[in-house]
Amino acid sequence: MKLELTGITKAFGPLVACDGVDLTVEEGEIHCLLGENGAGKTTLMNVLFGLWHADAGEIRLDGKPVRFADPGDAVRRGIGMVHQHFMLVPVFSVTENIVLGFEPVRRFGFLDRAKARADISALSREFGLDVDPDALVENLPVGAQQRVEILKALIRDAHVLILDEPTAVLTPQETDGLFKVIRSLARSGRSVLFITHKLKEVLAVADRITVMRLGKVVGHTTPTGTSEAELATMMVGRSVELVVSKQEANPGPPVLELEDLSVQDARGLTVVDHVSLAVRSGEIVALAGVQGNGQTELAEAITGLRPITSGSVRLAGQDLTNATPRQALRAGIANIPEDRQVDGLVLSMPIRDNLVLDVYDQEPYARFGARDLARVREDGERKLTEFDIRATSADLPVATLSGGNQQKVVVARELSRPVRVLVASQPTRGLDVGSIEYVHHRIIEERDRGAAVLVASSELDEVLALGDRIAVMYRGRIVGVVPPTTSRERIGLMMAGVEMAVAEEQP
Amino acid sequence: MSTTDASLGDAVARQPHGQGPGTAGVPPSWWWRALRWMGEANLAVVTFLAVVFGLFVGAILIVVTNSATLHAWGNFGSAPGHALNVTFSTLGGAYGALFCGSIFSPSAVGHAVSTGSGWTAAFTPISETLVSATPLILAGTGVALGFATGVFNIGGQGQVIAGALAATYVGFGVHLPIGIHLPLVVLAGAAGGAVAGFIPGILKARTGAHEVIVTIMLNYIFLYLLDYLLTTSPLQQPGQSNAISQTVPTTARLPHLFGSSLRVNLGLIIALAVAAGASWFMRRSTLGFEFKVIGANPSAGKTAGMDARRATVLVLTISGALVGLAGMSTLAGTDFFIASGYGGGNGFNAITVALLGRNRPIGVVLGSLLFAALSTGGRYMQATTSIPLDLTSVIQAVIVFLVATPALVREIFRLREAGAGKILLFTKGWGG
Repeated sequence: MKLELTGITKAFGPLVACDGVDLTVEEGEIHCLLGENGAGKTTLMNVLFGLWHADAGEIRLDGKPVRFADPGDAVRRGIGMVHQHFMLVPVFSVTENIVLGFEPVRRFGFLDRAKARADISALSREFGLDVDPDALVENLPVGAQQRVEILKALIRDAHVLILDEPTAVLTPQETDGLFKVIRSLARSGRSVLFITHKLKEVLAVADRITVMRLGKVVGHTTPTGTSEAELATMMVGRSVELVVSKQEANPGPPVLELEDLSVQDARGLTVVDHVSLAVRSGEIVALAGVQGNGQTELAEAITGLRPITSGSVRLAGQDLTNATPRQALRAGIANIPEDRQVDGLVLSMPIRDNLVLDVYDQEPYARFGARDLARVREDGERKLTEFDIRATSADLPVATLSGGNQQKVVVARELSRPVRVLVASQPTRGLDVGSIEYVHHRIIEERDRGAAVLVASSELDEVLALGDRIAVMYRGRIVGVVPPTTSRERIGLMMAGVEMAVAEEQP
Repeated sequence: MSTTDASLGDAVARQPHGQGPGTAGVPPSWWWRALRWMGEANLAVVTFLAVVFGLFVGAILIVVTNSATLHAWGNFGSAPGHALNVTFSTLGGAYGALFCGSIFSPSAVGHAVSTGSGWTAAFTPISETLVSATPLILAGTGVALGFATGVFNIGGQGQVIAGALAATYVGFGVHLPIGIHLPLVVLAGAAGGAVAGFIPGILKARTGAHEVIVTIMLNYIFLYLLDYLLTTSPLQQPGQSNAISQTVPTTARLPHLFGSSLRVNLGLIIALAVAAGASWFMRRSTLGFEFKVIGANPSAGKTAGMDARRATVLVLTISGALVGLAGMSTLAGTDFFIASGYGGGNGFNAITVALLGRNRPIGVVLGSLLFAALSTGGRYMQATTSIPLDLTSVIQAVIVFLVATPALVREIFRLREAGAGKILLFTKGWGG
């Protein structure tokens, strides 16, 4: 099915999220939509999927103009969408999830499980979407859950499949698997619209590429006619450094020492499993791993936010096992939490207050229990410049800032204390290229100043760019510590749980 | 908003910035900005319009429940002027009585001015309004402190009782000169409320029990505890079969501010001081900042090193202490003894005025004055016209309803949306 979008415009108040966007996806084509967060990709897809209505413009399927009242309407017309966050019921089986809302029934409204299973098996075989139809979704790895989502769209007879940032949660190997599926879908005559901000993937999988910036289409191209650098320039609007430049690390003595550390989650399951790791002054240890393998919990245990069930945390010899978050941060641990909007910031409060969330009761910001508001304001304005936070005033609520600037507020606050250890979890998730550059530079600066830095990231590019050593986590354990010269494939295998020694044997 | 609906908000909104009267490029004049401000759904405008709409609903109820006006409207076809006349005179009489009963009566003031006597009568309405407002300000500030920090203290009733009970025991139980006795009574009131607030606080911090449930349940516990204690010999008034407490002596009473015949008393000063203190606390103190952060986003507070559990306990204890002072203020200010179900109305109305005042102490003071005026004026209206006091409850309810739903006010009056952060939905954070 051929999909054409012409002149799609959608504004939210003064913000024009999509501004006259033209996009054509031919039948059987893999079309990549590339753009930074906030470029308008998701808005465009939501318009296409009937979640929002365009202020202007037209959608045509096989040349015929269509108008979708709601997502159900779009599904009936052959549009399928796999969201970035899966829409699955964890306690249901794969089959139940796939047919939910679209159940084949026998007489008297009984669910026809046999037919459902047969349909699913046929589709799985046809496109190499390998899943067990009887498994419970909650027991499946993320990659398999994604295949369930794709099957959901296919069983509803989707001819145009939209994938929104599908690789964010996958290991490199799982990503390759997904690409194979996408190619077989295209061969069957389905059109695939692949939304991403990762340049490598675009070049690997796309037939054609459309780049968006600030709500506008800035160019159409093909993988053979372009390069990573050119795509990055189109996406950002200026030439960017794709690799962070940094000097050789000059590590000193160990500062952060984790010994045999174990942590349990709320359900009593062990999420960090006897981890021992030392981070030296002046080095960055990158913690690689697919999301949900204990990196978050490990970072929280170090910063006092999660109880440690056994083992110890020491900072330059000082015992910080099960210290309170305040003790940890006053001891010199800076913490850039994984979810800045939940753990990092109070969105409704002004920037200036968020900048002193940790030291609001200390001199010079307060004296005898009374806050020095003038001092807080003055300091806030100064930090806007110092940390390149793009805001007209430090009095504005943090919620009014873009993701990149919000993260800069967190970075500004955490690096304004004397830092001996910096713990950063997914420090650039969801940020634009400019902000990523900035955050990376700041992290390297802290290293060069002599801090021991631990960066947890599920982006392999980031891990390779920042890490002086790379520790790979899988199911709560560190499966190996490798140098940054290690190949992506090997790290990918380790992220999938293959032990270092075994991974080394792979080509 | 369709384009055919001309309205104040719309008309102003249609003029782009700086292009109103005057030429482009000239900064907008102050009155132009004031006009824009009035067409915007900000706090002050929404609250004002809620009051206007409440009075409007009240007016409709008066007309449709009054036999004289109904009769006149029944004959509207033959005598339209009469129907309007009767309507206006009925409404004028009702709302006039509401005003005279709560603020001042022009005739009484005129009489006092011309004869030089009767000043007491002229000031009685406003004095009564202030007397009713006093416990509302105290309890409302306490509740607002909790709301502003994400803690829903619905236990006003129980805390008022606890405060009044503690103040009563100290009031009749000890004998001291007023200079020592009265401060002790005040402190006892605060302490009683603080205990009643500490219980849900510690339960929430330790076990995660939701304060809404716990405070509501504590209301019953204190209600029946009071009933029980009123039958025990130390508390019950000797020689009485009724369940009322002993009367507190004059050394335990809040002195009147303007002579013996006007009931307005020191409690009002205490209430205003508490409101001012709470305002400073929330804006300037480090502890208040911590409370606000924990209220807005406990995860971020914890990550930045704050102790959310300690904050929860402290907020509920302080909130309870202020509500407890409300129970003390009526006991030591006007009643001097307590009886079954004491002060419960103030405990509940505290929630309402906190909402009306948008959880800000200054707003609570204004909201309390409005509510008190409607109540005292309503009693006078009931006495002088045939309109029942319940009408003012309806007006109060409509006002609160609209204040809680700013979007509805915006629709009714077709206002523009206020800028970011100017209006906060009250119910935010209820799930906490």
